[in-house]
Amino acid sequence: MIIKTERKVTIFTGNQAIAEAMRQINPDVAAVYPITPQTDIAERLSAFVADGLLNVVYVPVESEHSAMSACVGAAAAGARAVTATSSQGLVYMQEVLYIASGLRLPIVMANVNRALSAPINIHCDHSDSMGARDSGWIQLYSENAQEAYDNVLQAVRIAEHEDVRLPVMVNMDGFIVSHGSEVVELLDDKYVTEFVGEYQPAFSLLDVEHTVTIGPFDGLHGHFFEHKKAQIEAMDRARGVILDVGKEFASLTGRSYGLFEEYRLADAEVAVVVLNSAAGTCKIVVDELREQGLPVGLLKLRVFRPFPSAEMADALRNLKAIGVLDRSVSPGLGGPVFAELRSALFDVGARPKVVSFIYGLGGREFRPEHAREAFSSLLDINKTGLVNNLVSYLGIRRRQP
Amino acid sequence: MKLKDFPRKYWETLPRHIEPFTPGHRLCAGCGASIVVRQVLLGTDKPVVVCCPTGCLQVSSTLYPFTSWNVPYIHSGFVNAASTISGVEAAYRALSAKGKVNREIKFVVFAGDGGTYDIGFQALSGALERGHDIVYVCYDNQAYMNTGIQRSSATPVGAWTTTTAIGTQSSGKREYEKDICLCVAAHRIPYVAQASPSHPKDLITKAQKAFRTKGPAYLNILSPCPPGWRYDDASQGIKLAQLAVETGYWPLYEVERGIWRLTYKPDKKRPVTDWLKPQGRFSHLFREGNQSMLLEFQQEVDRRWEELLARCGTASAS
Repeated sequence: MIIKTERKVTIFTGNQAIAEAMRQINPDVAAVYPITPQTDIAERLSAFVADGLLNVVYVPVESEHSAMSACVGAAAAGARAVTATSSQGLVYMQEVLYIASGLRLPIVMANVNRALSAPINIHCDHSDSMGARDSGWIQLYSENAQEAYDNVLQAVRIAEHEDVRLPVMVNMDGFIVSHGSEVVELLDDKYVTEFVGEYQPAFSLLDVEHTVTIGPFDGLHGHFFEHKKAQIEAMDRARGVILDVGKEFASLTGRSYGLFEEYRLADAEVAVVVLNSAAGTCKIVVDELREQGLPVGLLKLRVFRPFPSAEMADALRNLKAIGVLDRSVSPGLGGPVFAELRSALFDVGARPKVVSFIYGLGGREFRPEHAREAFSSLLDINKTGLVNNLVSYLGIRRRQP
Repeated sequence: MKLKDFPRKYWETLPRHIEPFTPGHRLCAGCGASIVVRQVLLGTDKPVVVCCPTGCLQVSSTLYPFTSWNVPYIHSGFVNAASTISGVEAAYRALSAKGKVNREIKFVVFAGDGGTYDIGFQALSGALERGHDIVYVCYDNQAYMNTGIQRSSATPVGAWTTTTAIGTQSSGKREYEKDICLCVAAHRIPYVAQASPSHPKDLITKAQKAFRTKGPAYLNILSPCPPGWRYDDASQGIKLAQLAVETGYWPLYEVERGIWRLTYKPDKKRPVTDWLKPQGRFSHLFREGNQSMLLEFQQEVDRRWEELLARCGTASAS
């Protein structure tokens, strides 16, 4: 593969990587409300503006609801609009998430994953973004700072693509990645400018010669259903666009991105499916177990919306047992990725056994021994063909007798 | 002064543009909102972008696939007209600075009292504090009329609404209405005014000032509502708005860079019952045994009037 750009390697936190990517894509408007652990991004954008490194109108809104609302207004006025949030902030703006996607506005948002109250907790889990899974946003997940950086750059292209025109949320684990320093390879500004291009809005409120009514009332005999169908089709088309953009990005950087990453999966008999930073921990355990000759592998989901059902079913169809690791839970149902993946495998001929592992809620540490525990029960299922526990909780403290 | 008495010269000074808000909308006959919109938009000859929160005006003027707006328009949600227009105005600044937009454009919100006094209050406060160059107009019909006449914090004390029901244990709304202009003026924005469509010259002049203002401007405009205020003859709305002004219930004033000024002073303040009586929502106040409520209503009107005069440095005369 020929990589067009020279390498520029640095040490960045996840938040720093996202802020840098947001600077480089040269947005017109950034409307941000600070919240732990995203705050750092809001601060860095403000510092870029103060230092003349970023020519953006920075709107220091009074809430996340207003952050997303201002992004809606800005995007409808033909501007490239970005924001970032976490946790309660994402929930607070949830109403407007649906408006942004329903109005087909290509807003790019970073969400630094954090648990939801109560009890109040500032650490990582995925309850925030999973709660927004039906909001019509494309959702990308990032294992580390590098992926968060790369995902933000690609998010602009995906969101603004004429076949898509949907908002994109880039997720990254709070504190674990947002505040951890690691090696990140950056693109030079000029390559980013070239890669993301200029935003060409379909309509703009500022085009006063061509007036447009945005957000009309779809009355009793309206076209709501057809609008939603069009939105669903755009989401379906996003799959191809995400792959195309990923390929183009690979030719620029050497780092390739698809809908998910397969790790030692081809000849595996059991595997875990996982999002974000826990994938790194699991990969280490996969390597370790492989050295012992055990047939284990991993699938790291990058694109949660649109959910790559068919593609994942294809990649996982020959396995015997799959454990889905969810860092969030829908009480009364279980892990959301588990439920969706199990459904995706329904039409596979000899269905693998699929079990659920809930881990890391409220930032509970996820350690290699937890991954080993998951693989151990999957290997048992593979040997015996029996599922004893459909749902297990990794790393939870036992109740005192 | 009646409309027909205005000198022809005055009307000639008003901008002649394509009517920005056109007939065919589904607002009720006699609705104040459309009159407010048309009078306010006479205040500028610049292109405008309009934003409405959810409400009567929004649902009635943009029934997909139709629109009454000849100007760019956006509706986003109920809570967030002020923050949505903040984003539009921010985009305007950004794209103007980058040379992608090359003309002067004005940004205006038309929101009801629900979207202003209540659910949209935080977004409004934020937008005012941030100093966006916008005109925020509240067409105040004093309740959630769009959902069928539920109380808001703009509903007058004693008024019947569907959530301040009249019964053996209740005589309508217990609480006095929020003084929104005082709240807005406390943000120290450059221009705040209260107006009424019964006094169009006063209203349009205030709109002109609001559009000329650099930074946020706020207009609080009374908007008669035939079904909500419960008056039989829909053509009487403007008359009612006039009575609200003449009784001192709805004084006309402005706050320009912190200076309060009464823009109209009735020769003699009429009793507030003149305004209350024709409205069905207050009919229970006129029943036997409720005289004390009328008295209290009058006392509150007088108290607020005197306070306003003091703020405006005007001597009390009537």
